[in-house]
Amino acid sequence: MNRRAAAGLLILAALLVAFPWMTGPYALSVATLILYFAYAGQAWNVMMGFAGQLSLGHSLYVGVGAYVAGGIFFHWGIGPWAGLWVAIVLCTLLGLVIGFLAFRFGISGVYFALLTIAFAEFTRIGFDHIAPLGGPGGLFLKVAQRDTIDLLNFRGPPIMYYYAILALTAGAFIACWKLLHSKVGYYWQAIREDEEAARALGINVFRWKMLAMAISSGMTAIAGVFFAFYYNNLFPEQIFNISRSIEIILGPIIGGVGTLFGPILGAAVLTLLSDGITEAFAAMGLDIPGIKQVFYGVVLLVVVMFLPHGIWPAIARKLRL
Amino acid sequence: MVVAGVLTGLVYGLMALGLSVIFGVVRVVNFAHGEMMTIAMYAATILFAALNVDPFLAVLPIAAAFFVFGYALQKGFINPFITRPEHSQFMLLVAVAIIMVNGLLMVFGPDARNVQTDYQLESFEVGKVLVDKARLYAAGLAVLTAAGLFSFFRFTLTGKAIRACADNYLGAKVVGLNVKHLYAFTFGLGSICVAVAGCAMVVLVDVTPGLGPYYTLLAFVIVIVGGLGSMGGALLGGVLIGVSEALAGLYIVPSAKSMFSFGLLILVLLFRPQGLLGRKA
Repeated sequence: MNRRAAAGLLILAALLVAFPWMTGPYALSVATLILYFAYAGQAWNVMMGFAGQLSLGHSLYVGVGAYVAGGIFFHWGIGPWAGLWVAIVLCTLLGLVIGFLAFRFGISGVYFALLTIAFAEFTRIGFDHIAPLGGPGGLFLKVAQRDTIDLLNFRGPPIMYYYAILALTAGAFIACWKLLHSKVGYYWQAIREDEEAARALGINVFRWKMLAMAISSGMTAIAGVFFAFYYNNLFPEQIFNISRSIEIILGPIIGGVGTLFGPILGAAVLTLLSDGITEAFAAMGLDIPGIKQVFYGVVLLVVVMFLPHGIWPAIARKLRL
Repeated sequence: MVVAGVLTGLVYGLMALGLSVIFGVVRVVNFAHGEMMTIAMYAATILFAALNVDPFLAVLPIAAAFFVFGYALQKGFINPFITRPEHSQFMLLVAVAIIMVNGLLMVFGPDARNVQTDYQLESFEVGKVLVDKARLYAAGLAVLTAAGLFSFFRFTLTGKAIRACADNYLGAKVVGLNVKHLYAFTFGLGSICVAVAGCAMVVLVDVTPGLGPYYTLLAFVIVIVGGLGSMGGALLGGVLIGVSEALAGLYIVPSAKSMFSFGLLILVLLFRPQGLLGRKA
């Protein structure tokens, strides 16, 4: 990282910390959503961007993480600081099991992607039949007291959630930066570019792919815990849905797969875009269901056609970072 | 129930056959497959409502339109993506799928539509088994179309050229085949399968825009179980899934029926990733 990039990052960090005092509650909720997608996208990027394994089922870890921590809080009143660890351990194990099955049997590429979808869908339907967690009717956490901050139970005003997800996103950014420039990071990139060649060089492909899977699923579990306590209601139909997985990965793909800043930029662009479309169509008085998503789809199409590597690499080249 | 499952499964199989043919040749997974299927179903309901055309007749113009559409989609959008990484192709087709689902939602709204013909309530009695007429016709059409496709690939020059592209992209280019044109042609053929399957399906179920993603997933499950790229496998997988859905709906909780399909998918992926009838890559 050169000096200009470091300076830019510092300015961005300062802006993000000061953000809640410069704007209103609506902007704060949008910013929270952006950071949530930036964090989850960063977690997915470890698998796809670094190690080259395309997962289309990351909603599995979000959902299991959310339900584990949410369920523990709902039934026993134990706050997320304990549930968080249970969720991380469980999702990491889940990721390892799926990774073990897939990589042992030599499943990769499209087949791996479809396997991850299958596990997420399988779990979604399974959760529909777990009565203690609400089944298809959903699980509802007691809504937070919006005026007092209860850090122990992670209940409080929106600003608390904003800083929590900001800290997570920053932490993930730093962790991924360290990872990418570590020995493991170079192993991953070698595997991503050419698995056979990496194997021939003596890299234990299986082990490092498993590590990517473990880190990615564990990180995503934290996103799930945040989701549960921020939104307070969980439905299997929604949280495990394949469109949730797609939402998570659109950010990094649009921003730039394999780059550190891509997931953050992509999340910001997509969230602002979808909000902007809503506002614009509302202002024009056009209220046809589906019209927003059609427009969104067209923009995605244009970006992926003309910026195959994502937005961030193009900007980074311009800025000579 | 088993018979009904087999017959519905054959229609599923035809839909999945389209996906399988496209993947087998072009090596692109069509994430907008189910969405295309719902478009065909809507087209059939429109022709029925406006001109009172039976879906089994409407299949001809709809299939023709879909061929052109598929050809253009491949030529204009997907061909430039052939050499790009998988996630890039995936994004492209997801964007297309989003546009299709919500385009349908814009035009038709969220309410279910259907066609009503007199044979939908009638049935044949074979021994002790009652077979719905509509279901039998739908399955017959599916088998006919699949047979047509098989013989096309087997006996015509274009079919052989397409198989050559699938076997060896570089080799096909070297001997002077117009690969881009053949890819587009293949996508058109796959679209015909979807169109016919859609017309057959619309006499069996009501159509809503939300069905698209469901059919896409279903098509994935079927082709993986049968073998991605294998034509017979797609039909076999369709029948398997059709029967298992019918039986699971009868004996277990109806809402758990697709859990069964996904369980089957996971097992197949783990122990025979090339699918039941697939060849090793």
